[in-house]
Amino acid sequence: MALQTIPAAVVVIGLILYTLLAGADFGAGVWQLSAGGGEHGRRIRDHAHHANAPVWEANHVWLILVITVLWTAYPSVFGAIFSTLAIPIFLAALGIVLRGMSYALQNAANARQRRYIDLSFAAASIMTPYMLGSVIGAVASGRVPPGNALGAEVASWTNATSILAGFLAVATGAFLAAVFLAADAERLREPDLVEAFRGRALLAGVVAGGLAVGGLFVVRADVPRLFDGLTSGWGLVPVVVSGVAGLVSMALVVLRRFTEARLSAALAVAAVIIGWAVAQRPYLLPTTVTIEDAAANDTTMIALIVSLAVGAVVLFPSLALLFRLTLSGSFDPTSQGPPPVPGGAVSRERRKHAAQTGIGFLVAGFVLLTIAEPAVSHIFGLIFLGIATFAGFRAVGPVELASRPSPEVAGRSLRELLRRPR
Amino acid sequence: MTEILAQDYLLEARQMQALSFVVHIPLVCFGIAFPALVLFVEWRYLRTGDELYRTLARRWSKVMVALFAAGVVTGTILSFELGLLWPNFTATFGEVFGLGFAIEGFSFFLEAIFIGIYVYGWDRLSPRAHFLSGLPIAVAGVVGSFMVIAVNGWMNHPEGFTYENGRVTSSNAARALFGNSYFWHEFVHMYVAGFIVTGFLVAAAYAVYALRGRWGRYERTAFAVPMTAAAVASPVQLLVGDWAAREVAKNQPVKLAAMEGLGQTTKGAALHVAGWYQNGDVVWGLGIPKLLSLLAFHDINSTVLGLDTVPLDDQPPVNVVRYAFQSMVVAGSIMALVAVLFLFLRWRKGTLPASPWFYRAVVLCGPLSIVALLSGWITTEVGRQPWVVYGFMRTEDAVTGASGIPVGYGALAAVYLGLLIAVGWVLVRLSRVPMAEPPDDRIDTTHPLSHAE
Repeated sequence: MALQTIPAAVVVIGLILYTLLAGADFGAGVWQLSAGGGEHGRRIRDHAHHANAPVWEANHVWLILVITVLWTAYPSVFGAIFSTLAIPIFLAALGIVLRGMSYALQNAANARQRRYIDLSFAAASIMTPYMLGSVIGAVASGRVPPGNALGAEVASWTNATSILAGFLAVATGAFLAAVFLAADAERLREPDLVEAFRGRALLAGVVAGGLAVGGLFVVRADVPRLFDGLTSGWGLVPVVVSGVAGLVSMALVVLRRFTEARLSAALAVAAVIIGWAVAQRPYLLPTTVTIEDAAANDTTMIALIVSLAVGAVVLFPSLALLFRLTLSGSFDPTSQGPPPVPGGAVSRERRKHAAQTGIGFLVAGFVLLTIAEPAVSHIFGLIFLGIATFAGFRAVGPVELASRPSPEVAGRSLRELLRRPR
Repeated sequence: MTEILAQDYLLEARQMQALSFVVHIPLVCFGIAFPALVLFVEWRYLRTGDELYRTLARRWSKVMVALFAAGVVTGTILSFELGLLWPNFTATFGEVFGLGFAIEGFSFFLEAIFIGIYVYGWDRLSPRAHFLSGLPIAVAGVVGSFMVIAVNGWMNHPEGFTYENGRVTSSNAARALFGNSYFWHEFVHMYVAGFIVTGFLVAAAYAVYALRGRWGRYERTAFAVPMTAAAVASPVQLLVGDWAAREVAKNQPVKLAAMEGLGQTTKGAALHVAGWYQNGDVVWGLGIPKLLSLLAFHDINSTVLGLDTVPLDDQPPVNVVRYAFQSMVVAGSIMALVAVLFLFLRWRKGTLPASPWFYRAVVLCGPLSIVALLSGWITTEVGRQPWVVYGFMRTEDAVTGASGIPVGYGALAAVYLGLLIAVGWVLVRLSRVPMAEPPDDRIDTTHPLSHAE
């Protein structure tokens, strides 16, 4: 049983981290859209962009992790969700492309061009979380049957619960972003930005809290089973935790204690997702497919869990490093650069030696890989060819080659040649 | 009902998948090879203290992050499409091959984390720490592509599971993916290709500068490093490719028969160049007697299995596979020729080539490397058709029952066109940063973002 449940827990943890981290990135896009014109608006947009820039790619990968774990551990559930809910998932994917594109563009654009890029970025920042939220709503309300596209193509994600979940995803993202950005602004000692994002955090907090509380009534009318799960037994615990943490974080924002507000806001949002997971258990697709029905065979599960554990050992220290550098302000544009360290170049003698090594291994590799038959010799042939390329690279010595004076390349480009054939 | 719908959109679904691969695969090459080139240049900076190398590595790292961003989103689309287009494939076999993608997800994660640290840490970390922070990017790029190709190898040669009544009843993911001997040639071939594509594309950009008369030490270095990488990789790729073809001959005879247009099983088979495959024969092609048998099995009288070993319904579209294969071989050979010329001139003259014709050839090798890369993947992917999991699931049985695939295809095509334009525009903008002065390390605190990275 534990074997079948652990990957589901990883999926929930991945979703929580995606909501907290990438959700906040999306929320920053919402604030960029509503920043307005003028100097103040530009500063808000710049701040929202700057705070995300080093981490957004890492934040985004949580979604990839959720998807790959889902299709490895519960393949039939993955197939059912992605075929029935193809439309919102595809729209979310388009939003992800638009966002990634805007990030790549932003660094090369001038101020005027950036306004247009920000617009597409912000549009994507609303569409993607809304669509992903409506997917969760569709799953939670039991509108995804098992099988290939057997659910309603449109009605499955345009019902009250899905719409609520979509708006909730956008609003919580905006709330998290405002709190995080206010804390960042405080670190950068930008008092006007602190105030701007403090106000936005309070506004978004009220909206998100209102949606969450009002949403309970929507859920009671639309999916009584889910409502019961959220309001009785273990499901009640995360709901209460979420409400308390939400109120505490609002109070902390009012008191301008942003570092603590960051944590309690994150807790409030995480508890909503945990509440959904607890209310829905033991179903992955209510009320047709349970975790045990959908689970892959034990060997796959063990291999997956071991890989996840090994991966986590590498991943979390790396993530900690990235966030430590970002949050401690190491990437802020104020610190000084380091001094260079002198050294030497690769000598002519060593290059000659490398050339002989390269040719020797190339010939040996050719004999072993191309002429010899047994598979073992092929392995050695490949290794020898690998050594030959390294030695060859060293023998050519591109850096030394380029430092020699070289005559101008007297000639026209191909385009000019084609333009003037004579 | 579902079956009928599925049939209707099979073609669109396949084209959409193909489009997504065509955009993503060149970016993968940059993920494999570009970090190594950037790190090499930065390592020269650590050894010599010459600011020029730092400037170059830093500028390249901006290109690297832009291409990585494009790779992230196109890769995300691919993972979505495994569910959006082929839910039956993933639903049935996800537990067998999924692990490969889960591990790939982790390496993707590390790449994303350290690319953030590397690109934003130029002025903040000590030179040594900064260099070290780049190493995981290079490793993760290779591990990630290794995993994806392991899955592809498994699709070509499914094993490590038991299959009854359309369901996987037990499986051993580790054996299926890593105990599978089919993917090693694909991986080595692709890894070397990564260096060729990256090397020639980057070198082509600076060859344009050379032809325009901008040929200072900065440009020469920026040209020589990727050019050398491509030049040592291209000739080796001929040997690796020949080995890969022999592995295909041994393990996937139907694919080899499609690549060569061999209709009937033949003893002492001829190799045909050009021509057109029709009713089991290559017409209008140039036939070289016994060469195919010699190349495939090192014996001019060996028997090569033909397409007639499987029913017509199970044969891939021969002309597509065959022309893709021949394009790859021709493009690869031209690039190897340019590479050998470069190495020869380096050996005899000891300098960079001076003739504009050499640089014009390098400019052409840039797009040519993409042609070779894509046609190679077309060879292996279309050559597996009509199967998605060879011998177990046909592509038409894997496709989604959802409607609206043509709309999605159109939308994706439009967005990807925008993406290509955007990436091209970013690269041109980055290349127009003034070259004369050292990098702008001063940060304008009132406009932090325009210089933040």
